[in-house]
Amino acid sequence: MAAAITATGLKDATAIVGIGQTAFAKQLPESEKTLACQAIISALHDAGIAPSEVDAFSSYTMEETDEVEIAKAIGAGDVTFFSKVGYGGGGSCATLAHLAAAVATGQATVGVAWRSRKRGSGPRPWKNTAVQLPTPAQWTRPFGLLRPADEIGMLARRYMHEYGATRDHLFNVALACRNRANQNPAAMMYERPLTREMYMTARWISEPLCLFDNCLETDGALACVIVSAERARDCRQKPVYLHSVAQGLPSQHHGMVNYWNDDPLSGPAWTAARHLWKQADFGPQDVDVAQIYDAFTPLIPLSLEGYGFCDRGEGAAFTEGGALEIGGRLPLNTGGGGLSEAYVHGFNLITEGVKQLRGTSTAQIPDAATCLVTAGEGVPTSAVLLRS
Amino acid sequence: MSSISSMHSTMKATTDNRLLLPLPDDDGAPFWEYAARGELRVQACAAPDCGEPRFPPRPCCPRCQSFASEWRAMSGKGRVWSYVIPHPPLLPAYAEQAPYNAIVVELADAPRIRLVGNLVAGPGAPLNSVPADRLRIGARVQVVFSDVGGIAVPHWTLDR
Repeated sequence: MAAAITATGLKDATAIVGIGQTAFAKQLPESEKTLACQAIISALHDAGIAPSEVDAFSSYTMEETDEVEIAKAIGAGDVTFFSKVGYGGGGSCATLAHLAAAVATGQATVGVAWRSRKRGSGPRPWKNTAVQLPTPAQWTRPFGLLRPADEIGMLARRYMHEYGATRDHLFNVALACRNRANQNPAAMMYERPLTREMYMTARWISEPLCLFDNCLETDGALACVIVSAERARDCRQKPVYLHSVAQGLPSQHHGMVNYWNDDPLSGPAWTAARHLWKQADFGPQDVDVAQIYDAFTPLIPLSLEGYGFCDRGEGAAFTEGGALEIGGRLPLNTGGGGLSEAYVHGFNLITEGVKQLRGTSTAQIPDAATCLVTAGEGVPTSAVLLRS
Repeated sequence: MSSISSMHSTMKATTDNRLLLPLPDDDGAPFWEYAARGELRVQACAAPDCGEPRFPPRPCCPRCQSFASEWRAMSGKGRVWSYVIPHPPLLPAYAEQAPYNAIVVELADAPRIRLVGNLVAGPGAPLNSVPADRLRIGARVQVVFSDVGGIAVPHWTLDR
């Protein structure tokens, strides 16, 4: 078996067989711990796997409910693998990658990845000035560059300047996500259409970014269950295989304040993408649907370039002509994404990718067989290619 | 350089009106000590055959791995590389001045060294003292030092 793993890496060795989620809202009454347990138990039920069989966990370093609390609450058995990934939303797909590696190498058999967050009713992280990393505390925050929107807005302005990108391009991103949310009853923006006039007259958050360039603030939780490909064939749901996984921390990268290297506009997506495609049997042109991390609209053109859907500087132009809509070149964030379904550090992009390959999305792409899911761009990141 | 690095763990985090003060770490402390003297200096490798400048400061040179470093004087001239205009919600002391500007300046002496700062009308002027429509990428700027809660902080003025 070891020889087989060496020969093929992680390619299609594991599969997602269960997904679960809570409601999404600006404010939910349950605690983060309760929401986490609800999402995980729902995912295990979806998979038809008993909680006592769970022997691996993976989540984000920003997740506040730890494995001990989760394991004892849901009734997990003996756990032999657990990991947490840093850098906020950059860790979303890496939780799957870690579990895939653990299951494929025999460290565990049933893995659960999850994220639970009360970002809708809870505090905004940037308001806590007592917890400061050395770089922001010295070199950026004293100057009023306080929030992720300011930090990414700085890169967005430069990107627009260098490549002629406009606010209409960013609107194309916001609109595509909102249109999908309008098809998704679980989305926070289900009954809230967006127009160009609304976008162009919206209040600023950090110029050049307006309200609709920013993700939602959400209470909610999601989870998924990973097992070996062999076991997946016997599960209740159609398996969705982890075809390729990658993390990315580029040389001389500085996190969200990535202003201090030769090329600040080529971010971690480029690093993750090189590794992702190197291990894959297909390329960007073969991706049927994409779930790209959208805490801010400019991350989409930057990611389209990084993951190879277009050339450098062409990400904004790529969004023209309905390219990101159903029937376009690359249908995007088909549940509504972080911009319009829910912002739970990108975990809803993972579950939506699974729904597309099961054929159960509320905005289903006919015969979708391949899906790219990405984690936060602009921070050390991760990505997965899913296939049915 | 030890005076700042030894005191930073007990330093105030904000001014009396709650603007955030720089909280130096060991690697960054000399920058702020030179700033207090009105000097803009950037860390550079001190290995004879390297000399590569680096920012933010760090223990060793990512090019040659030397732990020898020096603080190289800059002319204080640069160009605006990018900028944002933050609007609320913000921390209260910043919300009071919003909309204001935050800029990234590319240094004329070391083009890949960029500093985050603010474009102001003059030393000590508020963060909103230059109208937003005066900001543009590529504008030439000159460093000035403002006293923010007793700390000398680099700000920038338009260079005419």
